[in-house]
Amino acid sequence: MNNLSAEQKKYLLMHRRHKRIVSISRILILLSFLFVWEFTANVGIIDSFIFSSPSKIALCFFGMLMDKSIFLHLGVTLFETIISFLLVIAISILVAVALWFSSKLSEILDPYLVVLNSLPKSALAPLLIVWLGATKTTIIVAGMSVAIFGSILSLYTSFTVVDPGKIKLIYTLGGNRFHALSKVVLPSSIPAIISNMKVNIGLCLVGVIIGEFLAARDGLGYLIIYSSQVFRRDGILIQSTTSSYISQMLSLHPDVRPEKIPQAR
Amino acid sequence: MEQVLELKHIHYAYHTLDGETPALTDISFALNKGEFVSIVGPSGCGKSTLLSLISGLLEPEKGLIKINGKYLKESTTNVGYMLQHDELFEWRTIYNNVILGLEIQHMLTARTRERAHDLLDLYGLRQFESSHPSELSGGMRQRAALIRTLVLEPDLLLLDEPFSALDYQTRLTVGDDIGQIIRKEGKSALLVTHDLSEAISLADRVIILSGRPATIKQTIPLIFDLDADTPLNRRNAPEFKTYFNLIWKELNTDE
Ligand SMILES: Nc1ncnc2c1ncn2[C@@H]1O[C@H](COP(=O)(O)OP(=O)(O)OP(=O)(O)O)[C@@H](O)[C@H]1O
Ligand SMILES: [Mg+2]
Repeated sequence: MNNLSAEQKKYLLMHRRHKRIVSISRILILLSFLFVWEFTANVGIIDSFIFSSPSKIALCFFGMLMDKSIFLHLGVTLFETIISFLLVIAISILVAVALWFSSKLSEILDPYLVVLNSLPKSALAPLLIVWLGATKTTIIVAGMSVAIFGSILSLYTSFTVVDPGKIKLIYTLGGNRFHALSKVVLPSSIPAIISNMKVNIGLCLVGVIIGEFLAARDGLGYLIIYSSQVFRRDGILIQSTTSSYISQMLSLHPDVRPEKIPQAR
Repeated sequence: MEQVLELKHIHYAYHTLDGETPALTDISFALNKGEFVSIVGPSGCGKSTLLSLISGLLEPEKGLIKINGKYLKESTTNVGYMLQHDELFEWRTIYNNVILGLEIQHMLTARTRERAHDLLDLYGLRQFESSHPSELSGGMRQRAALIRTLVLEPDLLLLDEPFSALDYQTRLTVGDDIGQIIRKEGKSALLVTHDLSEAISLADRVIILSGRPATIKQTIPLIFDLDADTPLNRRNAPEFKTYFNLIWKELNTDE
């Protein structure tokens, strides 16, 4: 590895330079945005009562850190999101497998899934409260309701596009439909499952926050509502950024490429 | 002579909403134990369909298939079917691809693993055991697919253009090897090919199919007067050209 050719060194150098420019630009955009915001708020071009300002937000956030309230709310939301996410993944894989096993069932259920998926789920949340009461279960179900139908549909689609030749091979080797599922369909759908998970964690978070808007005494959604009622824009902004930050963190992942996936046994 | 395979009046058609595509009409032939038969015919005539029927992947609409004297459904004979495409799984290493059949049939033992390694060695894939299929050339992939079939030790081999992705040189050697292995181990084989010289150099008999829907046009027994009847010697024998011309003419005449 030490005796790299001049061209390879040059290529690596160019690559590093490219990476550096990208990360510096990203930081610069953020900094200049914060600067313009702070500046216009201070000078009075925008109303800091409505739009708040970075320094006020920082102070407010600091206050919440000090009295530890932010950790409680963060923890609650995180917990609810992860539970609903895990349930969504488990249920949608099971249902997609069932649909794959029976093409008749999938053809029968297809229009229902499509309709359920296109329902405005945030409109569903008040109904959920009526049905299930203002409990943690309601919030977890609200989180699931946003993601589950789309998740089933996209997993099932990725199962059906598996190369029929590969399934035929399983039969020529004496396998049955279960072998086709475990040796071909699931392993070749791993990239799809992972990208599906990435989408779903964000959706579950959105659903949980909607649920918390309506039926909670803690969690980020509750904080947002509470702050907006007492006109604390800085509060709303903190929680909104925190929640989008969580979804970023949750969907952080190593690059998954099919050839890098360990063999499923 | 003991018959490994017997087909009687086989008919098959594909059905789609657009209509019916007859693929095979009235196919009857038999394969003796230890016999190597080649099937040639124009592209799309129904050769792969025929192999799928024999392997039980498809069911004939009319006619019957017997393997070792038993109806296909009750047969316990180990039939190895090598598909036209290699269908190697990109998420498995070459070794794990090769043992897929063993895994499915719960036959993974120290002995069968050993055999898989030996076959990989024999076909020059030892260094590639832990590579993934995309790192291999077309010919190497096809050899891996062949090993995946052979490691199950089938009594009857169905080969659907197994050598088509190989370069000419490897094609001759692999063809020669397979021919020897099948003969040495007393296995029976049915080889579908586009390559007439391959059919003539390997087989005991050549079955010529017509265009779709396929019927058997003619069956030509191949008899070579050779001391060592190897594929390579056959190619140099005077009969080779005669058979080639005969089959070529037969393929290109329309009734
Ligand atoms: N699943 C299918 N549905 C409908 N028609 C099919 C299907 N599979 C094959 N056919 C038709 O049946 C005919 C025979 O197909 P087959 O694959 O057996 O041909 P082949 O002789 O193996 O061709 P090739 O030499 O190109 O491999 C073709 O004309 C094809 O159009
Ligand atoms: Mg074919």
